[in-house]
Amino acid sequence: MSRTVTTSQTAARLDVLAGTGRAALVGYLPVGFPDVARSVEAVTTMVDAGVDVVEIGVPYTDPVMDGPVIQRAAEAALAAGARVRDVLTVVEAVAEHSGGTVPALVMSYYNPVLRYGVESFARDLAAAGGAGMITPDLIPDEAVEWSAAADAHGLDKVYLVAPSSTPERLRLTAQASRGFVYAASTMGVTGARQAVGRRAEELVAATRAAGAARVCVGLGVSTGDQAAEVGRYADGVIVGSVLVRTLLSEEPWAARLDTLGKVTGELAAGVARARTTGGVS
Amino acid sequence: MPEQPEQPEQPVRDALTETLAHQVAEKLADVQGPYFGQFGGRYVPEALIAALDELETEFRKAQGDPGFAAELSRLHRDYTGRPSPLTEVPRFAAHIAGPAADGTAPVRVFLKREDLNHTGSHKINNVLGQALLVKRMGKTRVIAETGAGQHGVATATAAALLGLECVVYMGEEDTRRQALNVARMELLGATVVPVAIGTRTLKDAINEALRDWVTNVDHTHYLLGTVTGPHPFPEMVREFHRIIGEEAREQVLERVGRLPDAVAACVGGGSNALGLFNAFLDDAEVALYGFEAGGEGIESGRHAARFSGGAPGVLHGARSYLLQDDDGQTRPSHSVSAGLDYPSVGPAHSWLHDMGRATYEPVTDAEAMDAFRLLCRTEGIIPAIESAHALAGALRVGRRLVDAGESDQVLLINLSGRGDKDVATAARWFGLLDEGTTEGDQ
Repeated sequence: MSRTVTTSQTAARLDVLAGTGRAALVGYLPVGFPDVARSVEAVTTMVDAGVDVVEIGVPYTDPVMDGPVIQRAAEAALAAGARVRDVLTVVEAVAEHSGGTVPALVMSYYNPVLRYGVESFARDLAAAGGAGMITPDLIPDEAVEWSAAADAHGLDKVYLVAPSSTPERLRLTAQASRGFVYAASTMGVTGARQAVGRRAEELVAATRAAGAARVCVGLGVSTGDQAAEVGRYADGVIVGSVLVRTLLSEEPWAARLDTLGKVTGELAAGVARARTTGGVS
Repeated sequence: MPEQPEQPEQPVRDALTETLAHQVAEKLADVQGPYFGQFGGRYVPEALIAALDELETEFRKAQGDPGFAAELSRLHRDYTGRPSPLTEVPRFAAHIAGPAADGTAPVRVFLKREDLNHTGSHKINNVLGQALLVKRMGKTRVIAETGAGQHGVATATAAALLGLECVVYMGEEDTRRQALNVARMELLGATVVPVAIGTRTLKDAINEALRDWVTNVDHTHYLLGTVTGPHPFPEMVREFHRIIGEEAREQVLERVGRLPDAVAACVGGGSNALGLFNAFLDDAEVALYGFEAGGEGIESGRHAARFSGGAPGVLHGARSYLLQDDDGQTRPSHSVSAGLDYPSVGPAHSWLHDMGRATYEPVTDAEAMDAFRLLCRTEGIIPAIESAHALAGALRVGRRLVDAGESDQVLLINLSGRGDKDVATAARWFGLLDEGTTEGDQ
């Protein structure tokens, strides 16, 4: 398999963290909620509070992989006029704010990227300093065009695997991914859950066995203890809805940012203690 | 005109060359998914791929199993009431043009009467086929989306017949507009879940059904109601509706001794149209017309005309023509007919459109309602407003043929559903109800 670029910002970051004995905390927020400027503030707040990799969501009218919290934020962002190109503004801000130490991945459903132009999007994302893209409704089988563009611009291609994925599909997806493979902890959509099931750990093991070098776990992680549990066996812990929820409150904006920072800090602490205490707080 | 943003260049798909080479050898009527030309595919979360694979495997097995065909035929005959009749409508046809000099009508019009099926539309054909597959897969629960309620009612019916749990997702807006159909589904034992996010209509009901499916896929089948969605749905739903065209072809041959000159159907997702078209796809001399909802007119921006006012994109698992803005966000559709009020269309229609095999034209709300009333008054048949779009479009095609000097023409129209559900809407449209009356099932 020929690749024009073999380095991955995200993989490099995960490897550095692994060298210090811990998983990465990957934090998701949508661009444009409540508006573009404040979404930049929220993302940088999250970075300052200990997120290692950021995931910036492109709001979309039909987010079939998202639960009510992220749906509500996306709907509000669109109503406030968020555009696809605004994601590049946030990516640039993350690169600048972190001095390039925090990789910024875009999470987008496929149609907004298709409409922007897949090659143009890859070019502009790379130029903005972005690390790559997570594609919740694009499987490697349909990703010929995105894969070529990502390769040409040295971007990560983060595909998902699920507890229902067959060994054959795990192999296909592991092979097609760059950066890491996103393991959905459970069958379902984004949102907080009581517990992250045993299936997540089994899925990470199966995905590694299928050839994936790095596997991060998302869906349902909302507490420091859950982050600690997942951080014990995964290369990264992906958190979204619980962070977005802090921004959906009626509190003044500064108070919402404050809560976002605190929640992020608890999750970061969970990830940090995962492998030293076996996840027990 | 609404904004018509420049379309990004179509991608070159390596696998496509192979698929196309395969398709060249086949009849158009038998093309298999996942791709119809550059359209179709599986743009869905990985979590659903195993279920789609299982469904495809079960469907292929059933296709090769005479027992499955026999069971489905029995249900078609004893439960649905197939074959549905072919009705010639001369008093309606007289409104295309008066008799020629020799006294004969220049255009004869025949209706394929899917409105006479049990549950009142073509939807039952697909629902029974999929419900039998559900039993074979050992799943116990079905979910469905519905706009006007036709597919929801059909699914609730099949679930009752086969003892399956049934949940129907319906936009909150539509549950209000179609209160009587909600009651119908509940009488049949289904649970109707109002969807209160996004546009609160069919598009969002599909989103919510997909979220349910991702969560409950181990014991749940998503009984999708039209020729859209991820592979194998577009091909499979076409297969379950191809009986419409097969019967109609035979009936027209028997009645007039030759194939029709033109075939017309309304196109929302496009299942009734594809079911009828399919039997004629490889007869180049038969013109095919699909009529989309032109709503208040293309220039108003309030329509569901994907071919006139949309561009290729991806929605709900398939690549197809789509109403979208510059950013690839789905634009809301509009139509007086809830069944045509959908921003995308089945990928096979996009394929037939781009290769020029079928012609797609918009029909406005007003044109459809005029044709609705005309059929009521000339033939004593109350059509679904969806089907009235096909009637209006066929009148247009017929007049064009006569203007071009053609005579002895035969026009076949799919009367895909009956209009009982639309009586309140029609009564309001024509001012037959007192102001303030909102009762009824639209």
